[in-house]
Order: sequence, then C-alpha cells, then structure tokens
Amino acid sequence: MAQNTEPQPDPARANAQPAPAPSDDIWTKCPTCKEIAFRKEVERNLNVCPKCGHHFRLTVSQRLAITVDRGSWREMFSELAIGDPLKFVDSRPYTKRMAQARETSGRNDAVVVGAAAIEDRPLALAIMDFEFMGGSMGVVVGEKIARLFDFAARRGLPVVVFVASGGARMQEGALSLMQMAKTSAAIARLRDARLPYISVMCDPTTGGVAASFAMLGDLNIAEPGALIGFAGRRVSKQTVNQELPEDFQRAEFLLAHGMLDAIVPRHQMRFTLSRLLTMLARRHPRRIRK
Amino acid sequence: MPPAGKHNPGGHLRSHPAAKGAPAESPNQGLSAIERVRLARNPMRPQTLDYVDALFSEFFELHGDRRFGDDGAIVAGLGYFGKHPVAIVGHQRGKTTPERIKRNFGSARPEGYRKAARLFDLANRFNLPVITFVDTQGADPGLGAEERGQNEAIAHNLELMSRLEVPVICCVIGEGGSGGALAIGVGNVVLMQENACYSVITPEGCAAILWREATEENVAIAASAMKLSAPDLLELGVIDEIIAEPPGGAHTAPAEAAHNLGVAIARHLERLKTLGPAQLRRDRERKFAAMGNAFLQRQGVENTRSIG
Repeated sequence: MAQNTEPQPDPARANAQPAPAPSDDIWTKCPTCKEIAFRKEVERNLNVCPKCGHHFRLTVSQRLAITVDRGSWREMFSELAIGDPLKFVDSRPYTKRMAQARETSGRNDAVVVGAAAIEDRPLALAIMDFEFMGGSMGVVVGEKIARLFDFAARRGLPVVVFVASGGARMQEGALSLMQMAKTSAAIARLRDARLPYISVMCDPTTGGVAASFAMLGDLNIAEPGALIGFAGRRVSKQTVNQELPEDFQRAEFLLAHGMLDAIVPRHQMRFTLSRLLTMLARRHPRRIRK
Repeated sequence: MPPAGKHNPGGHLRSHPAAKGAPAESPNQGLSAIERVRLARNPMRPQTLDYVDALFSEFFELHGDRRFGDDGAIVAGLGYFGKHPVAIVGHQRGKTTPERIKRNFGSARPEGYRKAARLFDLANRFNLPVITFVDTQGADPGLGAEERGQNEAIAHNLELMSRLEVPVICCVIGEGGSGGALAIGVGNVVLMQENACYSVITPEGCAAILWREATEENVAIAASAMKLSAPDLLELGVIDEIIAEPPGGAHTAPAEAAHNLGVAIARHLERLKTLGPAQLRRDRERKFAAMGNAFLQRQGVENTRSIG
C-alpha cells in the first residue's frame, strides 16, 4: 500500500501527555481483548490489534498515510481559525483551551480538508482530528467542511470524509449548532451536482456531527466497532430505564438497523474507497484541473 | 389592539410598535439567562397548538411518517394564515400529564422528524410557505430513537430544509434544544420570542459536562455563558428578529404574545412571497453559510506553534 510522506507525529505531542511510564512506549494493551502487544507491531498493523481486530483511533497523519496516494495531499483552508465569539469561560477561558489545542496539534482546529488522490483517482478529502477538543465542530470545522463540499462541486470531485467527533462544540454555543445546517446545505449542493459523497464514520461519531454531515453520505461506511450515536449511552439509559443491548451505538448495531451501507476493516478501507469511487464516478463527466 | 384569534387570523394583523427588532422598552429586559430559561419552560407558556389556534384558520392536522408511526411530539398540518394556505410544523410539549406523555414532553423521535420532512416535501411541491414552531428540550435520546436513526432523521431534515424553494419562517417559541430544534429550524427567517432560548445543549447538560455537577449555581452560569437568550443570539446573527412578549412572559397574556408573533410572520411572509423559488433557496443557503463567519480569522499554522 502506498504511503505518503507525511511528517511523523510531532514529538511535542507526546511530551504534552503526562509523562508515561517507559514501558507504555513499547507496549500497547488492547482495550477489547486485553492482549499486550508491541506498540510497533500494532502500528505496523495499521493500529489494529493483531489478536482481536480492535481498531485503535488514528491521528490525522496516520490516517492520511494509510489512505491517500504518496505525495498527492494538498491541504486547504488550514489558516482558518476562530476567535472567541461567546467570550466563553468555564474552568478556563476558551481562548486558553484553543491556544493549547493549537500548540499541541500544530493546527488551527479539529479538521483538515484538502485535495488528494486514491489510486490515482482525485477526490476532496476531510479528516477529523479527535485529539483536537474531541473533534468537536465549531465554526471553523463547519466552514471547512462546507468549503470542501463546494470546492468538490466546482471541480467535479467526489468527497470522502473520515468522521471522528464528539459533536458540536459547546464553547461556541448556538453558532456550533448552526454549522449542522451549514454543512448539510453544502451537501445538498454536491448532490445536485451529482457527485458522490462517502462518509466514513470512525470511533467516535456522535452528537451534532452524527446528526448532520456524517449521516448524509450517499454511502455511509463505518470502521468496525466505532461508536456512532445521537445521545450519550448514560442519557439513553436514563431515558429508556432498561438495559441497553451490548452493541448499542456500535457500528454493528447501526448496520443491523439499516443505518450503514457497510462496515469496512481498516486494511480494506483504501481499496474499498477506490473501488466505490470508480463505480460511482463512471457516469459523470469530470472536469479535473491538476 | 385587537386580540388575534380564530376569527382574526394572520391576514388582519396590524403592526405593533414593539414587534420589530429588539424591543427597547420591554419590561422583560434585564432578565438573567437562567430566568429566561425558566420562562421558556413555564408549563403555562403557550405552545404550538395555541399559536395554531390563534393565528391560523381551517387547520387540518396531518399524521404519520408513512414509515413507522405518528409522533405526538411534532404537530403538522395545513391551514390558512390570513388568505395564504400554509404548511405548519411544530413541537408540542403538552400541558397536562397525560398530554405530556402522549407528546413525549416535546422530545421528537425519528418518526416525528420524518413526518415533518413529509410536510416540507409536500409544501415544496404545492408551493405552500412553511411556518414552524420550535419548542423542545431536545430530540428523544432513547433506544428506539437510536434504532430508527435519530441522527439520520435530523440530518435529512437539515438538508431538505436547506433546499426548499418556498418561504420558510421558523419561530422559536420556547426552548430551542440543539439538533432536535434545528431539524425544523432552517428558515429564511428565524424569529424568536423574547424569553425563548436556543442553544446547542441544555444549561444542565453543559454544566454537567464542564463542571461535572449540575448544581443550581453552575446551571445559571452555564446558561449565561452559552449566550442562549434572544438578544445575544440576535447579536450573533443566529436569529433575525426578537418578538416582544407581554410583561412577565407569553403565558401572562397569550393573545398578545400570539398577536406580536402573527404581525411579524405576516410582514416576513409578504416579503418572502415576492421572491422566486431559486432565490428563496439561495437566500436561505447564504444565510446559514454565513453563520459564525464574522468570528473567523486567518492564522498561520506555523505561528500557532509559538503560542504559549
């Protein structure tokens, strides 16, 4: 599988975590099967547990590296950043939280968008960064997603979005909520242009992001075991006052209830996207400017 | 001022001096955010069906989503606003305990949003303006709602509403709770009653997440921090107009509250009816495409590394 030349994860990020015990660097414990494996071995296996197939979350760099053709990625709109519309203060001011998230991640907000290619087929691509404030959607995330869809509609490109988000960002209040409408309207324009949109729901996809662009794919795909839901499990449990099924809000539960087209293991994701984009793109005249 | 009523539907309403923009001399000014939340949730506060009674004639309720069931938390139907036939959709929370249970306390399930979608589609094909009333603490978070695709139902409505080619006027009359509110809230015009609130999460939910504990004090702080009151949302550009309420809240004089709302709906409907189908969609798209963009700034990504 082609790898691109993304830089390795920033060492500063590792330093920002509480100092790990030395062994943590070498070993990884699988939360599903509790097996302890060499971290390197797990990473070589695309961060999938070699024993049970548990899919660990990926960073944006890792996702890019295993998804797009080497050297094809061009990031767009990376300079967009948010001020402090609500002057929101909880235990810390929003500006401080954002400054730290920016410092840690080296990016301005919780999504990267751009143009790329998969097996030589050009596409518009978004990857959400769950490490950046839980991948939450504020104005910047909504705007970048909407701009990506409009870019794709103009250029005649298909869109793939890797979703990983806890939902709308509380600290931007109702403005976050409005991004649900903004992104959905942009998808309507892409659909009118008869261009395909594949939503790939990764762990987790919940709240206002799940209830807007994540669920609006022409094809909705998920990684195995991904948490996908509207409300938190605790809230749901209180509401129904009964035991919830074990796989509640897991990708397998959604597939069983008709909400997903397929669950695709990470090892097959790139190949699957390539196949699907080829089949869906065939009938549409494409205007592609390199 | 003639009270609005069944025999005086929207078309006969006259402009009320306090009905436009932020009401300057309103007795409700100076209320704290949490006080407004309490007013918005007041069990005596008029609900969708009260406004349907007061502002529309010949209302004919339509039931069911043709997929699964009929959700009492969302009321939908056809009626006349003045001389205009319109489609009406709104949350209904219920007032008595049996009605509240029937209405699921105004928390709609997927079938409710799909019933709304059916109405939106109907309105679009028969060129009827859409008027919605938003009043929910949030969409139903239960097991059944998840099984039947609450996320998909809400997301579908957001896309569908954005592409409607008829006038859409949304009125936030109580609590505008997150995605469950927005799913019937994508309008060319979004009106909001003075003491209504509209937010991405309830103040209790926000407090529980940020401070781990939703004490009364934390909830009040959260309500204020989230800028969920009408004056704040007007400033943020989330809503277009504040509708004045009688002193003490809409429940103290429901006829006056309905009258003020009706005057504003009539004024906006007249204007929107002059626009063509493509223009109506484009204007609505542009309005939502601009949400929050006033607060965007350009920041070099490299520079961010030097922060702190």
